Amino acid sequence: MEITSTLFTAKAIYVGLIFVITLGVAAYSTYFERVIAAFMQDRVGPDRAGPFGILQPLADAVKMFMKEDFIPAHSNKWLFIAGPCISMFTALMTSVVVPFGDKLDLGGGVMLDLQGIDVNIGILWVFGIVSLGVYGVLIGGWASNNKYSLLGAIRAASQNISYELAMGLSIIAILMLSGSLSTKSIVETQQGGHWNILYQPLGFVIFIVCAFAECNRTPFDLPECETELIGGYHTEYSSMKLGFYLFSEYINMFISGAVMATLYFGGYDYPGYNFIFEKFGNNIAVLLGVGALIGKALFFVFVFMWVRWTLPRFRYDQLMGLGWTGLIPLSMFNVVLTGATMLFTVNDGGSNWYTVAASWAGVAIMIIVSALYSQAQYKKKKLATA
Amino acid sequence: MKLSNKTKVLEQRELTFSERIYLPAILGGMGTTLKHFFSKKVTIRYPEEKRYLGPVFRGHHILKRDEEGAERCTACGLCAVACPAEAISMVADERKKGEEHLYREEKYASVYEINMLRCIFCGLCEEACPKQAIYLQHDKMVPVFEDRSEVIFGKDKLVEKMDNRYLRDGWK
Repeated sequence: MEITSTLFTAKAIYVGLIFVITLGVAAYSTYFERVIAAFMQDRVGPDRAGPFGILQPLADAVKMFMKEDFIPAHSNKWLFIAGPCISMFTALMTSVVVPFGDKLDLGGGVMLDLQGIDVNIGILWVFGIVSLGVYGVLIGGWASNNKYSLLGAIRAASQNISYELAMGLSIIAILMLSGSLSTKSIVETQQGGHWNILYQPLGFVIFIVCAFAECNRTPFDLPECETELIGGYHTEYSSMKLGFYLFSEYINMFISGAVMATLYFGGYDYPGYNFIFEKFGNNIAVLLGVGALIGKALFFVFVFMWVRWTLPRFRYDQLMGLGWTGLIPLSMFNVVLTGATMLFTVNDGGSNWYTVAASWAGVAIMIIVSALYSQAQYKKKKLATA
Repeated sequence: MKLSNKTKVLEQRELTFSERIYLPAILGGMGTTLKHFFSKKVTIRYPEEKRYLGPVFRGHHILKRDEEGAERCTACGLCAVACPAEAISMVADERKKGEEHLYREEKYASVYEINMLRCIFCGLCEEACPKQAIYLQHDKMVPVFEDRSEVIFGKDKLVEKMDNRYLRDGWK
């Protein structure tokens, strides 16, 4: 009984810590988004609140809470309130299955697994929650009683559904490699530098593009497209309700970064894990692993921002075209390619490097073939018109 | 008929393969933004950092003293006449005995006021002054007013301080 209660306390502390880290990262993402935007536009960025503007998130929060909380007439009041709540709730729930680290030794034979809960359908949990997340946007947009909000909400819904397909198919290739849906065992198969990015270059590209679309980030931020839809689904929102929407977007960014690190970049694995394990013991190595995972996730958050301040927004038909005619066939090809590499390399009894070479060669061949095909098509068309 | 030879015929060609898969262009663009990320910033943190505005910038007015510290202004009123905004007003007075170290000439301005809400910082007072008494400083701006009672600057704010002499760049 004693052991269980220590474990329970430790787990509670861990969950609270992850909650705080997620919220802290999300809060500071708002600040770093502005700083990175400024740097990329040759400006210095926000620097008024505290040294280097480090208290900016605090000032933003105060501003958000102080603003008038307006609920438009003829809107559905309860759904209007429920929208941002659902967004925030689902954004925070995803991190439960992300393994932030290996087992921590608390002494007395208590091993704390640094993961909220290791369900055997971990990655499906992520997908389920992410697809629930669109309800927040949809309900909020619908309840606003505003045509622009509704348009934004509909866009969000159709965009998320379209890109979830390609995302799911790109995950299937990962599942083929690891043979499990559990995020923990996906990470464990990648230990020792066998990161999935080496075996799944195409799958990763598909996944990151879909992640951009799922998070409603530029270049796929059509649901909140200011130029066409004023503010999209959050046109009518003000005060902290708007803050919740914006905040959940940043939480989603961090969590999708963590998921990408888990699926493709070895999770909490880092070079020299074994060396540190032998030299300093288990706990130091595990905690460094937590740092490695969070570092990888933060790098992806930076990539999200980097892309946002580089690319313009897609047109809606381009978005749908890319999703349905580009990414879904590509991810199907990726599944076939993964199957083929697994089949052939197992027949050869080959080592891992054969698999890596085969995966990259498959992608290269695919690119060359489609380039040749498109050139042939182009020549044909030219002949037809000339 | 062509009016100029600048007409450029645009060909609406199909996108090439590398253009249609977006990724090469996206990576190129990300390279560009990353280059700017590390490049020198063109903006500054204004109130802490200030840019040099050049020796001819027209800022806060100053009534110069001569080398011995006597005021150069003789209250001739040419600056007030030259002023297009009618911002300058003054009261002339005669120098008493024993005030030679304070005022250079026999006549001086006992009151000299500039209404800073009227002033347009054209610098005509500086050009009109025959005694080289009034200048618009190149390195100091008029501070922000917080009340209407603060907008008229008297001699206390205008006359040059002896411990903080004004020297324009290029003067010896």
